[in-house]
Amino acid sequence: MSYASFESLLAAAAEHGSLADAAVALECEETGTTPEQVLTRLSETLAVMEAAVERGLSEDLRSRSGLVGGDGRRLAGAAPRLAGEAFVAALARGLAGAEVNACMGRVVAAPTGGASGVLPAVLLTAAERLGASRDAVVRALAAAGAVGGVIAARATLSGAAGGCQAETGAAAAMAAAAVVELAGGTPAQAGHAAAFALQGLLGLVCDPVGGLVEVPCVARNATAVAVALAAVEMALAGLEFPIPLDEVVSAMGQVGRSLPPSLRETALGGLAATPTARALASKLDNGYRRARDEGE
Amino acid sequence: MPRQRSLFDIIGPVMIGPSSSHTAGAARLGALARAIAGGTPRQARITLHGSFASTGRGHGTDRAIAAGLLGFAPDDERLPDALSIARESGVQIEFVTGDLGDAHPNTARLELVDAAGRSHLVQGSSLGGGDVVVTLLDDFPVELSGELPALVVVHHDQPGVVAAVTARLAADVINIASMQVSRERRGARALMLIETDEPVPDEVLAGIAAVDGVLEVRSVPAV
Repeated sequence: MSYASFESLLAAAAEHGSLADAAVALECEETGTTPEQVLTRLSETLAVMEAAVERGLSEDLRSRSGLVGGDGRRLAGAAPRLAGEAFVAALARGLAGAEVNACMGRVVAAPTGGASGVLPAVLLTAAERLGASRDAVVRALAAAGAVGGVIAARATLSGAAGGCQAETGAAAAMAAAAVVELAGGTPAQAGHAAAFALQGLLGLVCDPVGGLVEVPCVARNATAVAVALAAVEMALAGLEFPIPLDEVVSAMGQVGRSLPPSLRETALGGLAATPTARALASKLDNGYRRARDEGE
Repeated sequence: MPRQRSLFDIIGPVMIGPSSSHTAGAARLGALARAIAGGTPRQARITLHGSFASTGRGHGTDRAIAAGLLGFAPDDERLPDALSIARESGVQIEFVTGDLGDAHPNTARLELVDAAGRSHLVQGSSLGGGDVVVTLLDDFPVELSGELPALVVVHHDQPGVVAAVTARLAADVINIASMQVSRERRGARALMLIETDEPVPDEVLAGIAAVDGVLEVRSVPAV
């Protein structure tokens, strides 16, 4: 089970020392495991994230539909024109992780497969920039999980239920909070970071072209990384978002319920309903039919 | 919304992409059907319904179900190649799309023939986040999640069978987490589905099989 609110997570963090410690403590209590077991499993999970990003940056990937693949690698190889190197490296990692997911690679759904590029990209880039120890990064993953748990408890993490704000928005909020704690910020600052990230993606619809987790999902992983990094900078500079995180999360759930079904993963609205998307989708259908008739 | 059991439901599961419902859940559904059939089937005809039918191909739903039938975990990197691996190992798998009525949008109906030539019908849905539920087992409506080990007991619908079976479990201090009983009609064949906290040892299975009125006992491990 998760903390039912960020307020209760903050109280537990005050008792245990940090968001990460509060998350590990609850996991031990609920599942009867030891902190060492939880941290070992988190470390294994982090290794899967690292491998996925690495694969996306080094291999020449293409999804079965042919719609996505190779953009993370391309961006990583381009010299930044305007933004800093860390920022662009994080965007490239976000694309790479999401591309590995789209290409049927092994990923960590954190919180979902479709948004699986965001957290590794932000976390690994921050760890590199901050020179954080592996142990600290593993603990940051626990903090991210605690914030994701609050979002699951108060709203939803499903694109079908709440749109993309519930997937990449939640991932950005989780990543922002975790990185603020990793950088030495307080639990309260981590909460502001999550609120800054989630408000920035509030209302984002889920409109996958052809119903596939490819367009715009891969690109949205990168833009969610950018939002998360903006949220981290603002929170670490001491900026505070005036609406408490719990209320921002509830608003996200409310907005998700208000979205028409056409904008919740059904591929009937938004970008999925554009002329170009419809043409792509019908080309895919024909391709699959041909492949089936040929016995593949 | 799937149940959030632990931190690792948020930071996880580890899976082959792209979709926890259309890929990871589909693989678990295949694995659960395999467990019900008692091993990798030699033949499978699979009907994909709703969103499984319309976007399953692009999500690898077919490969994922095949992977589950072959005994691969949802994070096994052989999953994308499961259809060709099945072909090479002589497992015949056929996919069709169809309308299964008002079933959940992510539903598959699996008609399996096991190694001994017996037929099994398993229908189930992927609920999101990798959670699944089997809703139909042969002719019996059920609710099986695969989270816990389960016993499937087919028996005559006659007084005393349910009590004798649960007494047998109680005698070995096996805790029942949930239990469902359904029957074809009064006095005909009935099915008991019992989820337990721990796997049921073979000698207890044999004891249940010996209960008067019991026709068949199968152990379905958690997947």
